[in-house]
Amino acid sequence: MNIGFRAGLVGSAVVLVLAGCGGGGDQAAQSPAAAGAEEKVLNVYNWSDYIAEDTIANFTAKTGIKVNYDVFDSNEVLETKLLAGNTGYDVVVPSAQFMERQIKAGVFQKIDKSKLPNLANMDPEITQRVALHDPGNEYSINYFWGTDGIGYNEAKIKAIMPDAPVDSWRLIFDPAVAAKFKDCGISILDAPSDVRSIVLAILGKDPNSQDAADLALVEERLLAIRPFVRKINSSQYIEDLANGDICIAVGYSGDVLQARDRAVEAGQGTVIKYSIPKEGTVIWFDMLTIPSDAKHVGNAHLFIDYLMDPQVAANNSNTVKYANGNAASFQFVSDVVKNDPSVYPTAEVKAKLFPELATNEEYTRLLTRAWTRFSTGQ
Amino acid sequence: MTGRAESPTSQRLSTGVQLILRVLHHFAPHRWTHARLLKWGVTGRTLVIAVPYLWLLLFFLVPFIIVLKIAFSETQIAMPPYQPLVHWVGDKAVNLTLNFGNFLFLLEDNLYWKAFLNSLKVAGISTFFCLLIGYPMAYAIARADSTKRNVLLMMVILPFWTSFLLRVYAWIGILKNNGLINNFLLWTGVIDQPIVMLQTDFAIYVGIVYSYLPFMILPLYSNLEKMDLTLLEAAQDLGCGPFKAFMKITLPLSMPGILAGSMLVFIPAVGEFVIPTLLGGPESLMIGKVLWTEFFNNRDWPVASAVAIALLIFLVVPIVYFQRVQARETGGGVHR
Repeated sequence: MNIGFRAGLVGSAVVLVLAGCGGGGDQAAQSPAAAGAEEKVLNVYNWSDYIAEDTIANFTAKTGIKVNYDVFDSNEVLETKLLAGNTGYDVVVPSAQFMERQIKAGVFQKIDKSKLPNLANMDPEITQRVALHDPGNEYSINYFWGTDGIGYNEAKIKAIMPDAPVDSWRLIFDPAVAAKFKDCGISILDAPSDVRSIVLAILGKDPNSQDAADLALVEERLLAIRPFVRKINSSQYIEDLANGDICIAVGYSGDVLQARDRAVEAGQGTVIKYSIPKEGTVIWFDMLTIPSDAKHVGNAHLFIDYLMDPQVAANNSNTVKYANGNAASFQFVSDVVKNDPSVYPTAEVKAKLFPELATNEEYTRLLTRAWTRFSTGQ
Repeated sequence: MTGRAESPTSQRLSTGVQLILRVLHHFAPHRWTHARLLKWGVTGRTLVIAVPYLWLLLFFLVPFIIVLKIAFSETQIAMPPYQPLVHWVGDKAVNLTLNFGNFLFLLEDNLYWKAFLNSLKVAGISTFFCLLIGYPMAYAIARADSTKRNVLLMMVILPFWTSFLLRVYAWIGILKNNGLINNFLLWTGVIDQPIVMLQTDFAIYVGIVYSYLPFMILPLYSNLEKMDLTLLEAAQDLGCGPFKAFMKITLPLSMPGILAGSMLVFIPAVGEFVIPTLLGGPESLMIGKVLWTEFFNNRDWPVASAVAIALLIFLVVPIVYFQRVQARETGGGVHR
């Protein structure tokens, strides 16, 4: 009978599929720039679950600027959009090692520091560390920072190995130890560069070495533990850790703390802990930046300055459980978060943290190849 | 019954075009517009045919040329992250640099071959199961009485009203260790340890077969529905049992439907990225994932484009050849 109707069904199905895959960002890209005075609009692209619930609303109430807030969950996706250009975004939040290369590609514009009165609140130590990625801090302001570490299910670990080295990377990267936890479940971040830096540190090499021979050693070590690794991913482990599908994860500090909170909420007595291994680990920074083709540059500065307000920064840290680089906000951060060494490590631990610098193109390719061989186990 | 339903649409279209032409004819400042268009060979018919060609040009050829262009360039740290092919030398001379290195690179590393062959395997097995499940379903729908038929067709199409991504996510909830199936089996006592299904190849097959099944059923249905049932009666009269009649009449006649459905499932399944990423484990090496890695992790747009072009060639050339052979065998070669 009604072929037209049927064809219509298939048509709308295709549209749905397309909408499901390609969503996000497009509507933000279409706001035309008003001639002369800047329209009261700001397009922000930030990590998912990375801001307090009321921050945007408060900013709009204070300034009258309407914020289109989109989220992403991987640096790669952000980077590809930025390199293609014309994202329509006015503020984006890349991680420092990605930003380093993006600055060279001309993706960002310099920040006008005269428009940021709150800049004085920033922690000089963090600013100095970030300068390794952004010389002179010309293009970026730190939003949050954190570490890569070990998230573990305490009871399960102790049951298998009472003297398990939870304060050492040996727990995962020593094949003899990792083998014990095979059935319990080990998960590793799907972040080639992070993991390679960690393994280089364990091997006593420069964590930022771009030497092919060093990489071969890393690959050898990774392949040795591959049979004991159940999962390689960068977000699923939060849930897996919380509900006991895995018992050890190489993860990001804030993510493991979220898993800890979820386990507490579930109320089944699962205790998740986070440790920063004594061999040292990666310290990473997520940075507020303004794309070079941003249309609402003035509003972007207002927003970045607003985020550097001590109360606002503290509120955000209290919600997402990541440390901010804002020294003045420290007094407003809740005691639970402030006194948690997994969020704000002690000075002693901090001294062992190393930055993860951008790698060159040739090395990146070698690394990705090695990583593919590791994850497929071939 | 269904065959004719397509012609009213095209008729409507062509009357639409004629209407436009007539309006043009009426209101155009010069009365000779229509005659002139006709002289150039522009008739309602060519305009109607032009629409799909324009579609192909815009949404297939142009993107293809862009990808081809990137495949011949080199990476650089810039926006966009590849070098332009064409450089202006002085005022008038143009320098065109084609870099074949990206294609040669694909040959050097057996990663691409492994990924491609594995993708073919996954797509092939998935297509087989789609056919195995889809054929009886399409057959049953085509032979159901007409009131039920539309309800059944609706049920095939209904899942499309939910986002594809959400439906794949739903499978995570069904297949995971403490998911629907395992909890049920544990509760009934059939198993005492959860069966690991998620992040295995099994989950990939389930995901692909589930997602692409309608693309198998719909062409098969439209083929089977058009079949002349008197042929089966004739076969019976001549002494064929139901099974033999099916093998001798229905199956050969439904070959075009089988082929169309299999192509619709096989081709997108080879390049499938979302399903293996969400349901598969880290061991599953598919070409879609390799492409993603080149594009996003390595930021190597030229090699990513070269992979895409190579995939297209390895996939399209055999398929076109296959279809030509098929067309010749089924007597479809009349067109040429």
